[in-house]
Amino acid sequence: MTDSSLSKNTTGRRPPPPTERIPVLRWIKENLAQTPFNMLVTAICLVVLFYALPSFLEWGVIDATFFATDHTVCREATGACWAVIGEKHRPMLFGVYPYEEHWRLLTAVIIYISAVIMTMIPLFWKYRILVPVWLFTLASTLTLMWGGVLGMPQVDNSQWGGLPLTLILFSGTLVIGFPLAIVLALGRRSTMPAVKAVSVVFIESLRGVPLITILFVAVNVFPLFLPQGLEFDKLLRVMVGMAIFFACYQAEVIRGGLQAISRGQYEAAEALGLGYWQTMTRIILPQALRISLPGIVNHIIAAFKNTSFVLIIGLFDMLTATTAVMQDPEWRRFTIEAYLCVGFIYFCFCFALSKYSQLVERWLGEGKKF
Amino acid sequence: MKVATTMAPRKTDESIFYSKAFRALAYQAALCAGLAFLAWSLYANVNENLARQGIATGWGFLTTSSGFDIGEALIEYSAADTYGRALVVGILNTLQVAFFGIIFATILGVFMGVARVSRNWLLSTIASWYVEICRNVPVVLHVIFWGTVIHLLPKPRQALIPFDGAYIMNRGVVLPVPEADPAHPWIGAAFVAGILGVFYLRKWAQRRRELTGQYIPVLWPGLALIFAPPVAVWLAFGAPLVWDVPVLRGFNFRGGMELSPEFIALLVGITAYTGAFIAEIVRAGIQSVPAGQIEAARAIGLRQSFIMRYVTMPQALRVIVPPTTSQYLSLTKNSSLGVLIGYPDLVNIGNTTLNQTGQAVEAIAVMMIVYLSISVSISICMNIYNRVVAIKER
Repeated sequence: MTDSSLSKNTTGRRPPPPTERIPVLRWIKENLAQTPFNMLVTAICLVVLFYALPSFLEWGVIDATFFATDHTVCREATGACWAVIGEKHRPMLFGVYPYEEHWRLLTAVIIYISAVIMTMIPLFWKYRILVPVWLFTLASTLTLMWGGVLGMPQVDNSQWGGLPLTLILFSGTLVIGFPLAIVLALGRRSTMPAVKAVSVVFIESLRGVPLITILFVAVNVFPLFLPQGLEFDKLLRVMVGMAIFFACYQAEVIRGGLQAISRGQYEAAEALGLGYWQTMTRIILPQALRISLPGIVNHIIAAFKNTSFVLIIGLFDMLTATTAVMQDPEWRRFTIEAYLCVGFIYFCFCFALSKYSQLVERWLGEGKKF
Repeated sequence: MKVATTMAPRKTDESIFYSKAFRALAYQAALCAGLAFLAWSLYANVNENLARQGIATGWGFLTTSSGFDIGEALIEYSAADTYGRALVVGILNTLQVAFFGIIFATILGVFMGVARVSRNWLLSTIASWYVEICRNVPVVLHVIFWGTVIHLLPKPRQALIPFDGAYIMNRGVVLPVPEADPAHPWIGAAFVAGILGVFYLRKWAQRRRELTGQYIPVLWPGLALIFAPPVAVWLAFGAPLVWDVPVLRGFNFRGGMELSPEFIALLVGITAYTGAFIAEIVRAGIQSVPAGQIEAARAIGLRQSFIMRYVTMPQALRVIVPPTTSQYLSLTKNSSLGVLIGYPDLVNIGNTTLNQTGQAVEAIAVMMIVYLSISVSISICMNIYNRVVAIKER
């Protein structure tokens, strides 16, 4: 402590100069070259980047074709063919929906995404705002997609596809799956042995099998379960299958939150004379859901990504539509570019959701004062 | 309710319908009855529907000839073999890709997780780009993306050569392997014996340390114990080393070890996807160890490598192991995406069986039961491991 900054004024000595005066060099020293080992790591990273980046840039930017209406232009170039997206983006995004009616889907998607964004902003977290907003969204998007009124020709749901179908599957999974998840989680925590056993067997057996097999059941086996003459729409069956799968995972996350609630909360609720459902909906679940929020959002993101599994059973979501449209022999060799574009769309949705969940966690953390 | 005090207790309060125990019993009875009715009606409907469509039921199809070929099989198989054998081929293929997927995803995930908490800005940035990109894209897209990429690779004649004797092309990857030799089983046995030896060496060293306080290094002697015996056996057999190098004959390679494009694409896809999740788990595990623990370890004069081995890792592992288990399970289940790119895994072969025989219920039941058993066995193994690393209250 003798020659540290504490004594600089009394002795009149100047403080020691900073290790590096030029900010850039100082930053490099503090972040890239603290120790000899770190210098080596930096060097290895630079060598890898030096070999990888130029060839990527060459393929993706320098030699790439960005605009072309003819596939022969792309064939002559050695780089990527981003023109394929300009050429095929309509069927990629909207599937086999009639071409002239695509504006309806675009409007529906915009309305839906606006409603989602509104729901994410705390300013609008009031029943009298969100309930009308979602009723309007549901009514307008479904009207736009079905048509049959206001001079719009009717489009059967077997022709729905692309991004709107992905969003429908996602919303359906959440709307059906979330209440089921809460029921399953409460069932697993129940004191009634039969209820608990049923929930445990249901959750664990479905968590142990791949989503594909559940979709196979929804498509191939479920029709056999119904009495003759009764039929359910394939889209609905698949949606219910995905919702059940989602619910089993979500139930485990919610159960974690339920376990973290102390006994005192239950006892206090009982002392107030609240019944089981009142205790759960007003005291326990609000706290449990808040505790398990990070896990809940993770599984919501997973549900969004899982919509792509319908590729296997031939529902025309965004990925299936892209795969189908890229069978076109003229553009076929540029499938990679189309997949990268679809991947980017998925990335945007999932990345935005995960960043948003981090934001919400921070808000909830601020509000948590005991 | 101000009159409540003057009112006599209502009759219904003593009624059995208001007793908690009776209600619980009644709810459960209703649930069981409802489920039993549902099961019975589903069973009846399935039977009736199958009879009407003229589809056979039962497990007889397992012993009839399948009539389809399978691209790659770990056991002898031909189209004349039974559906049962075809499904076993599928199960083995699933286990094969899941086994290698778990190994590679663990290596990739641990490396990227450690890289993310590195103080080196460049390394941690590269690692976080990898994590964010790979985990925010559906695994289905990962798999079909690599399935498409591998078919765009050059033909065998213009194959890429990463090192001498190995070729990467649109028909997969071929690698040179040592030719079979009588020494190989003995080398393997020596390797296993070495691992068992390390296990006992560690236990002995630990007991000795606890008794006497004397530190016995295990790491380097342990590594020597694992690798020295196989090398010694190899030398004792006269160091046999003949490489079976793949050679281009006509349009294809002969010899060496061949990995099909479907296998490679599936493996790369599920490894890249799961690796990103494991990286996040590892990062969270390392960051969960309180800084005070490491400072305390430094204060009592532990070496840097000891801090990692005796302070950081044991605590981080407790956070890392349980979620990693569920990642292993999800990787195994995601290996069913082989059906998308034509890898003959269980779901692919089960699906073919379903389409050929029409026996959807049985075919899907086989798939579900197999995956459930795999999941349960991985869970049990990892629970045992978890018990080993868990906090031991003494």
